[in-house]
Amino acid sequence: MFWFFATILVFAALRVITARNPVHAALFLVLAFCTSAGIWIQLEAEFLGIALILVYVGAVMVLFLFVVMMLDINLTRLREGFWSYLPVGAVVAVLLILEMMVYLIQPYFGLVEAPRPDAAVAGYSNTKELGRLIYTDYVYPFELAAVILLVAIVAAIALTLRHRKHGKYIDPAAQINVRREDRVRIVSMPSVKKETPKDGDPS
Amino acid sequence: MEYITPLWPAYPELFLLVMACVILVADLFISDDNRVFTYGLTQFTLAGCAVLTFFTGNAEPVYTFSGMFVDDLMADALKLLTCLAVITILVYSRAYTVARGMFRGEFFTLALFATLGMMVMISANHLLTLYLGLELLSLSLYAMVALQRDSVQATEAAMKYFVLGALASGMLLYGMSMLYGATGTLEITALAQLSGEGVRAQAVLVFGLVFIVAGLGFKLGAVPFHMWVPDVYQGAPTAVTLFIGSAPKFAAFAIVMRLLAQAMGADALVEEWRQMLLIMAVLSLAIGNLAAIMQTNLKRMLAYSTISHMGFLLLGVLSGTIDGYGAGMFYVVVYVLMTLGAFGIILLLSRDGFEAENLDDYKGLNQRSPWYAFLMLLLMFSMAGIPPTVGFYAKLSVLQAVVQIGWWWVAVIAVVFSLIGAFYYLRIVKLMYFDAPLDPAPVTASGDVRALLTVNGLAMLLLGIVPQPLMVLCIEAVRASI
Repeated sequence: MFWFFATILVFAALRVITARNPVHAALFLVLAFCTSAGIWIQLEAEFLGIALILVYVGAVMVLFLFVVMMLDINLTRLREGFWSYLPVGAVVAVLLILEMMVYLIQPYFGLVEAPRPDAAVAGYSNTKELGRLIYTDYVYPFELAAVILLVAIVAAIALTLRHRKHGKYIDPAAQINVRREDRVRIVSMPSVKKETPKDGDPS
Repeated sequence: MEYITPLWPAYPELFLLVMACVILVADLFISDDNRVFTYGLTQFTLAGCAVLTFFTGNAEPVYTFSGMFVDDLMADALKLLTCLAVITILVYSRAYTVARGMFRGEFFTLALFATLGMMVMISANHLLTLYLGLELLSLSLYAMVALQRDSVQATEAAMKYFVLGALASGMLLYGMSMLYGATGTLEITALAQLSGEGVRAQAVLVFGLVFIVAGLGFKLGAVPFHMWVPDVYQGAPTAVTLFIGSAPKFAAFAIVMRLLAQAMGADALVEEWRQMLLIMAVLSLAIGNLAAIMQTNLKRMLAYSTISHMGFLLLGVLSGTIDGYGAGMFYVVVYVLMTLGAFGIILLLSRDGFEAENLDDYKGLNQRSPWYAFLMLLLMFSMAGIPPTVGFYAKLSVLQAVVQIGWWWVAVIAVVFSLIGAFYYLRIVKLMYFDAPLDPAPVTASGDVRALLTVNGLAMLLLGIVPQPLMVLCIEAVRASI
């Protein structure tokens, strides 16, 4: 069962980066998330699996798809230079993979080393256990992750927020607080007698 | 199970976090004219953080947060220096950021969060916290590089930095997952114990080690993982370049020590990573020094000079002895001091709408301002490693450590490349003293910048004459922590 999920996962991940159409790539990413959630559930980490589907597939990827559909990404320009770099890149990648394989084809690097965890006892709650760990042993990294998210917000706002100089934005408070003196200027002028035009005058 | 953990070792971090959030909110209520208030609050926070670090310091390592946080002598020393370095950075860059519209609340909050990231990295005793600290630092830095939104160069630099930084983080994470697979733990002290006893999956451990070294190489900017350094240094606003080039190197040194010297400190493993560091160190020395000769842009030249300095730092670490680690720490302190000074001068000469980043801009600095020319001379001599300055002693102690383990040929290579490197440092001295200035206007600076630059420059001379106290501190810090 693991191999089934793993194969689909690797295939989907490969398609994410090779798919020509960005919408297809995003959909394959959804597939990859679903299969990795399946692997997690097999490892009896149900909460993580469900959270992955809910948060990533349900929320993040939908947003992602939306953005991809909205943006008109020019693919041909992105693909420029792909073929000229391909031979060098491929040679390096193949060499790296070969070296890693030569090194790693040894004993002690199989599933024997990582046996299945014992089945949980009845009444064991995965979620409760995770929650307990997050707020006790892992409270420090948990808080740090929160700070990182805060920095992400600050950075995103700092980089994208622009105050338009001549925007059509109207401040309601300023509208209400407007005084008569701001709008109306009363000019006192001496009264003058309007001259009546004479006959035959061009003006 | 014991749930209560002592919080006091983490007081500096907690103070910094709380104050960063306070400044983030308080800045919203400050108008652009009173932005100096944010600046003052930031400096106060950093100074308070330094004081707290000093008073919570202790010689024996203290672990807290379930063993994820360690407070030892090395952490205290490096955190104190980090705070002081960031204070100096903000003082130097004040006029520059004001002139370029970067004197905004985000600049200070991001700087504070980056400092927090560095302190977390320095105190990490768990691969998870180490990684989170690294991400906190990197994210803040990416944003700071891109802060000048209308500059094409800065945006491009931020993009490169971001992509390569993400790649490096990926490598580091992959290596960490391998270590976890081989040992079943992420805690650095536990890793040290397990790898010392020898694990069954030694191959996996070493495999992970390769990725960790590569990731660290990226973060340090050592050859062959150096491609981002010159572009980011040149493209980023000079104030941010000063930030990237100085204080984070303390944190980078700390994680090198924690990951390699501490977690992978067993003799068999030292043999493994020593080879990789050797290649990186020698290549960094060669390419850094040779490429710097061809640069006409001072920021780019200093970027290549950083690469070669990182080579020296790695030489100290790869000796695998306490003396070598101490020499490495001494080197990184001296390097940060030199970088602060050199970029301080660049910031000083830059004015509104003008970047003093070309070598020609330094022609005849002696006629414009003899004192700053003299300080720059001290800094350049120190970078080149010319005797009365501290740069000489830093290089010497690293070379001593390498010779101690019998690798005298590496020392010879290092000396040859430093000699080649001396050319481009001395070229600046020549331009400053023997050429006619392009722009005869005298250099003006505010009082705090002048005082701090003077201290910074004279420290080169002072530390060069009496290097022993700092050296002893470095060696003791490393001895107490490893």
